[in-house]
Amino acid sequence: MSSTAFDALKPSGMPRPRGNGVPPTAADSAALERTWRDPPGLVGWLSAINHKSIARRFVLTTFGFFLAGGLLALLMRLQLAVPRNTLVGPDLYNQLFSMHGTTMMFLFAVPVMQAVAGYLIPLMIGARSVAFPRMNAYAYWVFLFGGLMLYAAFLLDIGPDAGWFSYVPLAGPDYSPGKRVDFWAQLITFTELSALLEAAIIITTVFKLRAPGMTLARIPLFVWAMLVTAFMVLFSMPSVMLASTALIMDRLVGTHFYNPAQNGDVLLWQHLFWFFGHPEVYLIFLPGLGFISAIVPTFARRPIFGYTAMVLSLIATGFLAFGLWVHHMFATNLPELGKSFFTAVSMLIAIPSAVQIFCWLATLATGRLNLKTPLLFVLAFFFILVMGGLTGVMLASVPLDLQVHDTYFVVAHLHYVLLGGAVFPLVGAIYYWYPKFTGRLMSERLGQWNFWLFFIGFNVAFFPMHLLGLQGMPRRVYTYPAEMGWGTMNFIATLGAAMIAVSVLLFIVNLLRSRRHGEPAGPDPWGGGTLEWATLSPPAAANFDAIPVVHGSNPVWEEATRPPGTPSAVGGLAVDAREQLVTSVLDAQPDHRSQFPEPSIWPFLSAVATTVLFVGSIFTPWAVVWGAVPVAVATTAWFWPRRRETRTHVALEQQP
Amino acid sequence: MNRGSIARTAIDPRHPVRVDAQMLDASALPSYAFGHRSLMWWGTLGLIAIEGTVFALAIVSYFYLRSLAPRWPLNALPPELLWGTLNTVVLLASMLPNHMLKRAAEAGDLRRLRIAFLACLAFSLVFLMVRVFEFRGLNVWWDTDAYGSVVWLLLGLHTLHLITDTYDTGVLAVLMFTGPLEGRRLVDASENAQYWYFVVLSWLPIYFVIYLAPHIPQ
Amino acid sequence: MPLAAAAVLLLACMGAHASPLQDVLSPAGPQASHIRDLWHITLAVCTLVFAGVLAALVLVLWRSPRAASTTAAELRPAAARERRSGRRVGAAIAASVLLLLFLIVASVLTDRAIAQLALKDAVRIEITANQWWWEARYDDDDPSRTFTTANELHIPVGRPVLFTLKSNDVIHSLWVPNLHGKKDLIPGRTATLQLRADKPGVYRGQCAEFCGFQHAFMAFLVVAHPLADYEAWAAGQRRSAVASGDAQAVRGRELFLGGTCVMCHTVLGTTASAHRGPDLTHFASRQTLAAGTLANTPEDLQRWIRNPQQFKPGVNMPASNLPDEDIKALAAYLRSLS
Repeated sequence: MSSTAFDALKPSGMPRPRGNGVPPTAADSAALERTWRDPPGLVGWLSAINHKSIARRFVLTTFGFFLAGGLLALLMRLQLAVPRNTLVGPDLYNQLFSMHGTTMMFLFAVPVMQAVAGYLIPLMIGARSVAFPRMNAYAYWVFLFGGLMLYAAFLLDIGPDAGWFSYVPLAGPDYSPGKRVDFWAQLITFTELSALLEAAIIITTVFKLRAPGMTLARIPLFVWAMLVTAFMVLFSMPSVMLASTALIMDRLVGTHFYNPAQNGDVLLWQHLFWFFGHPEVYLIFLPGLGFISAIVPTFARRPIFGYTAMVLSLIATGFLAFGLWVHHMFATNLPELGKSFFTAVSMLIAIPSAVQIFCWLATLATGRLNLKTPLLFVLAFFFILVMGGLTGVMLASVPLDLQVHDTYFVVAHLHYVLLGGAVFPLVGAIYYWYPKFTGRLMSERLGQWNFWLFFIGFNVAFFPMHLLGLQGMPRRVYTYPAEMGWGTMNFIATLGAAMIAVSVLLFIVNLLRSRRHGEPAGPDPWGGGTLEWATLSPPAAANFDAIPVVHGSNPVWEEATRPPGTPSAVGGLAVDAREQLVTSVLDAQPDHRSQFPEPSIWPFLSAVATTVLFVGSIFTPWAVVWGAVPVAVATTAWFWPRRRETRTHVALEQQP
Repeated sequence: MNRGSIARTAIDPRHPVRVDAQMLDASALPSYAFGHRSLMWWGTLGLIAIEGTVFALAIVSYFYLRSLAPRWPLNALPPELLWGTLNTVVLLASMLPNHMLKRAAEAGDLRRLRIAFLACLAFSLVFLMVRVFEFRGLNVWWDTDAYGSVVWLLLGLHTLHLITDTYDTGVLAVLMFTGPLEGRRLVDASENAQYWYFVVLSWLPIYFVIYLAPHIPQ
Repeated sequence: MPLAAAAVLLLACMGAHASPLQDVLSPAGPQASHIRDLWHITLAVCTLVFAGVLAALVLVLWRSPRAASTTAAELRPAAARERRSGRRVGAAIAASVLLLLFLIVASVLTDRAIAQLALKDAVRIEITANQWWWEARYDDDDPSRTFTTANELHIPVGRPVLFTLKSNDVIHSLWVPNLHGKKDLIPGRTATLQLRADKPGVYRGQCAEFCGFQHAFMAFLVVAHPLADYEAWAAGQRRSAVASGDAQAVRGRELFLGGTCVMCHTVLGTTASAHRGPDLTHFASRQTLAAGTLANTPEDLQRWIRNPQQFKPGVNMPASNLPDEDIKALAAYLRSLS
């Protein structure tokens, strides 16, 4: 197959780097550590591509945005605590709720899930890294710069103020002059680019880099959840990208997508936004379900009940999520018959979630319970998410929705489902995997206090909002008259918000203290069954010295019962070069070896160039043209092969 | 029973070896592969899914706005058929050198690969030039009305893909001449061809919408 | 401890329930009534399901044996128990499906019940929403019987009302919970809403779609009268403004017509005929001013004219630097427009 011409352009090879043995020797281990770790120094830090390093930064950054969003909410609650309050005027208040929603939805809830997945998925599937490590780094930087841009705008008092879903014409050129909404729309571009790249990375990683023997029917449910989520990202995020690009164009270059005076349509925005926006909340919810499916088996000391039903439920939820969006538009003048269809689908999507809930209950009922903090946070789901899901069923009904749409009832519902379905499981997941990330356990005592304060505070803050909505209080009002009688419940809600703030503080204290003073964890403090518990805590740079060969769904639990004479691990993969085993999609049979890129500064520089292009294009459309040049230069330098690396690859080369 | 023995033997070399440990030896496996076996194929597929969705939604938006309009086009003549149809022919024809490129990459035939890359780039030059005429032949500006906006959106989105595809192809073409090369670059070339197919084939529905749909009664 | 906290919370919430104004659960017409009934049915079903899930959870927590992290995992659970779990999960799913189908049917039936409103002899009102006030034009087949008012709608008890909904700027939403669910007013589109009040009373409504700075203060009143009283009110609204004899009011009229007020407001029977702000022809007949922001009293009116930005920052009406007696005169004139 090869032609001399082709070979002539390859750098002359060196001797083939040796592969690892099984069991791997100490020399193997040391070599792998040298090969896969991040380079030192500042340039090294900017060039890092180890999936765990990127994921750590990503999680910390999203958590930082969570705290910022929470502070904004606290300010809102202080303003609303009493009627006709003058703490915050309408202009600042409109920025507060817009920033709070935008931060939580775009800068926290979706990215944190992708970040945690970026850490855990390679460990759970027996891989050394994600499929496209440099793109993974680029996605992080783009996300960070987008978030920083938004907060810079806010701190300069030009933050977006048209809400997190920015309805036109309010957000259009006529009624939102200036740059505020442009910053919002461009933030969408940043975060959507980051999320789409992460999704492609997750899909490729899960499909192609699994350890031999880990068929699709054996991957952990958390990995299934992230896989379905990633597919949903691919098909939903383009909608908001298109919507926000059209909005920027209406505002900047005079197009008329949303301008009814020139035959554009105001509702086009809502359709495009909610076609993304409804799947978006499932992008947040599904990973939460994945966390629960990871935690429950470990703390019930048995595999999950009904694995197949759980997988089918995740997939069904993913599909159905695309058929609900009009339920955000029931108050518009769309045809009534169409609305009834969306009522039906919006109610029926409860069924796959119900399947999951019943299967978890069955698992807990037939298991033996280890009531530690991670499980507590998961149990909160059964209270909070179930209540939120039931108010969701209420909202699915057109007549009921027409009364409580755009009131505090919806605010209550969305917080119950988002915190119950995603944030509580996420906090549980942090308590669960913290020992893996850091090598130490978090404090159980502080964990219990954290949990109860959060649980009680949450309900005190948000339950009264159901009643406020039924009593006629609309959303997004910076204050309200005393004679409406909403004062008492608003005050109670503010007290609850304060409780939540204290519980978050406790969480932070627990996180920080446990770094130094937590009980050392070892590889498997909880007795988990999935592959991440077979690595060191924290894992070595290469994750596994020898990629395990898997024979069931809970490899660590099943290790003792491995049939004799079957291979336990993969040997022969290079230890002095970045090499991984690529396996087949369905059955994870070994297919070929793939050489992986070394750390590089170019993803970071490309992200800087991308940021210049995106931010510049808020101010002038020509930025798209001249900004494209540095982006092209940086991405070309990123791609361009290096002689030394190519030499190593050639040494390992074997034609198919 | 040796709970956690994977950890003990595979990761922590300080502990004793399992007597019946056996190895799955990967050293003889190929170091690159084409088509759906490669990681690049899946990355490209992800990109195609994303961009395909964007195009589909833009097309849906076109028909949505049309369904609300009193007449369509609103205030303009329909786009001139000449340039769009000409470019459709050029794009379809470009699939020939593109296919040649893919075959040459999979065969490792550098000479044919270089010729195919240059041929593809020649076609790029032609279709980008014709694309300029297409924009001028639209008979409407993007800021005239919603019809103008959505037609420019469709043509503009596709043009963005033509430009990035041309650039990708150009970078790879240079690499084919300068090196350093390795087997993986053949896979990159093959996947570039895949993406080219998408850019050409995705044009067909867009061509239909921009040029032919205005002639269909509302 | 959490149970006690929950009980306190619930009691506090229930005790804090105040006025039936703008209350979804205090219907005064058939639409809101049907919705309230659906609410009760749905609430009952959902509470049942919630209680069931919680009971199952509590049972599980109470009865399952405990374990530690070092307890060996049960890799092959007993087949008989697994089958039993399967049956129970299956039954729970079946019950959920049935309950959801029931709720879907209930919702669709309620939808149809709400829409069934005989529109014979309906009062027809065209509402145009603006940032941040409501213009209402009462339509009639006889054009000489149409009239325009703002922010306060009067309707006859027992007669259907057909709203036509438009917007001049951004999306707003008309919502008077005592009577019906909300409907958005979308620029470029015309929506309709039909309802009926079956009890006389004053019902408060509020804009329910974020529309900018003063979304919080874009309220309106719906006053339902017996038919005869409504006809009297409507007849009064059709008349042009009657000139008042009071000296202060006459001075106020001069200031009004000679100043900037006429750039935005209409008073029928005078030269003021702009439409940027509410029609003031019968201003004194309204209970509130500035779309429900303030009570329509002389003091509040004077303060409003002096500086609207103090009460509704961002509103389109500018502050006035007229001397105090002029402000009082203007207020007296406006108070004479009954």
